[in-house]
Amino acid sequence: MTAFLEMTNVSKVFSAGIIRRQHTVAVDDVTMTIDEESPSILAVAGESGSGKTTLARLLLGVIPPSSGEVIYRGQSVDDLSRAQRRTYLREIQPIFQDPFESYNPFYKVDHVLTVPAKKFQLSESKQETTRLIEEALDMVGLQPAETLGRFPHQLSGGQRQRVMVARAMLLRPRLIVADEPVSMVDASLRATILESIRRMKQELGISVVYITHDLTTAYQIADNILVMYKGSVVEAGSVEQVIRDPQHPYTQLLVSSIPQPDPSLPWGAEAEIAGDPESMAVAATGCKFVERCPVAFDPCRGQRPPLYHEHPSRAAACFRYNDSPELEGENLDLVFEPQLTSQAASGSEDPAAN
Amino acid sequence: MKNGAVLTVNDLRVYYDTPAGTVKAVDGVSFDLRPGERLGLVGESGSGKSTMALALMRMHKPPARIAGGEVLLDGVGDVMELDDEGLRRIRLDRLALVPQGAMNSLNPVMRIRDQLADGIRTHEPGDDRDALTARIRAQLARVGLDADVGGKFPHELSGGMKQRVAIAIGTSLSPSVIIADEPTSALDVVVQRQVMETLRSVQEEIGASVLIVGHDMGLMAQIADRMGVMYAGKLVELAPVHDLFTNPQHPYTRLLIESVPTLMAKRALASIPGAPPTLINVPPGCPFHPRCPRAFEPCDSEVPLPMSQNGRVVSCHLYPEEAA
Repeated sequence: MTAFLEMTNVSKVFSAGIIRRQHTVAVDDVTMTIDEESPSILAVAGESGSGKTTLARLLLGVIPPSSGEVIYRGQSVDDLSRAQRRTYLREIQPIFQDPFESYNPFYKVDHVLTVPAKKFQLSESKQETTRLIEEALDMVGLQPAETLGRFPHQLSGGQRQRVMVARAMLLRPRLIVADEPVSMVDASLRATILESIRRMKQELGISVVYITHDLTTAYQIADNILVMYKGSVVEAGSVEQVIRDPQHPYTQLLVSSIPQPDPSLPWGAEAEIAGDPESMAVAATGCKFVERCPVAFDPCRGQRPPLYHEHPSRAAACFRYNDSPELEGENLDLVFEPQLTSQAASGSEDPAAN
Repeated sequence: MKNGAVLTVNDLRVYYDTPAGTVKAVDGVSFDLRPGERLGLVGESGSGKSTMALALMRMHKPPARIAGGEVLLDGVGDVMELDDEGLRRIRLDRLALVPQGAMNSLNPVMRIRDQLADGIRTHEPGDDRDALTARIRAQLARVGLDADVGGKFPHELSGGMKQRVAIAIGTSLSPSVIIADEPTSALDVVVQRQVMETLRSVQEEIGASVLIVGHDMGLMAQIADRMGVMYAGKLVELAPVHDLFTNPQHPYTRLLIESVPTLMAKRALASIPGAPPTLINVPPGCPFHPRCPRAFEPCDSEVPLPMSQNGRVVSCHLYPEEAA
């Protein structure tokens, strides 16, 4: 069975500067698979500069990888024919962070819905298009009558973002890549958007890659999570395992830094030892987190830690777990919890089967 | 000053005159800021919280105007009545701002030490060069920055470092009141926490009171002593932070707290039905009544007045006047 979308050892390096050329490794050797048979929500979490947005752009085919391959239905995204590329662009839909910038203020909001409907020839007739659009708006909890025919500035940020979710849904994609979809939306309206993303998975069987810096919303809606630090995956697994019981010191730091909306649950004590990630150079060898790590020991400076499979549904790239086996082929699917609908998919990827 | 408050805000109103009508961004807000306390003020976008923070220092820009009310600063009097010279004297010295997004508030072509020296020199001239250098160094150390940061330009610093510089500048003259407008909204959780801890330690060191304006309920729970909730230009509830979270009284506060996802339990995400009103066209009566699950007969016609009891204030018809 070929997977829907695969990344094999994908890296992306950005270069800048003319005289002293600097190279930034935004995504460093990531391998992952997104299945079609078992729709799930995968959260990609990390701070700014962790490479999570670059990962999203690689999945969307907006930028090519520097090395490795993005494979769509068994074929490298680079080698798709025109017709295949068209399907690829329809089947993977983005939702971006800023619900203000993704609209042309001179067009009514209908524009973002009718144009893709026309371009991808979703329907035979105008009536059919209208029906599809109304259905999609309904799905995200918007009243078509109150939404269509309006200009973007006449809608609230939350409504605008929901129209974007509806647009993505309209195209009947197999995968939605949502890059910080709620970070610019008010707290009281966030839940509706997250809920409509969850419904896409449950009711339409669409997989979602949810890119976020917010572990709390990731925990609430995602099935599995991948935590990135400076371009590398440091921990991955089911959200229950990774967020409730994080193993990598970086994930632990992230989780303990979340301000809980409860004055009787104060912040933990770890923050004092943690440096400022933006101002820290990445060591050429060894673990990227070593300079900030409170528990670093000798091996950490020698080489990059591989992902250790220290729990059936969790892996951490930390030498503290070097008595556990390495994650086979760095294949993150092995730690992701298969979804209930997916016996076929999970069967073939069961660690025991390898 | 009444009950020893450092800053007393009485019935403050800030309106914007726009072609479409008058926007009542801050509509009759009253509260006290007590010595040494951290008062958090939360609200969604468009609730008027940032407008109010800026208006307290008279830093609002037209078309915003002060439409009424007073802001009494201990030992100074009504900030709203000060002339330009009087304002210049108290800003930074008595009443300082730590702005939102320090990346945009620092001068990109000035070294950090010069930006720090600017305020000190203006308000407290007379330090010789060495004394000034020592002061800048001490101020940077206070916010956890190395002395060599002083020689750098803003673009050489990370977001967290820039926000620390903003705190260093804001506290350089040991003001009695610090107004922090979303001081960490653009930062990642780890850095956010470091910056907040820095603000807290400096504030405690110089004994200032701080008004922290923000939208993050979690952050407020961690940092504030008391907390106020704004909705549609009004302060709907104000209470000690623990009471506010364990026993919110205003239905909006309750729903706001319930809408915050936590790591404690997975649950269906709650949201508040409807959307916040545009401030041009605020519903009559209680501005929250169209979204309120507990609205009853007087809510759509009578504006609820703030009732205070046991150190908390709530503006809601569910809590009748007799309780005052």
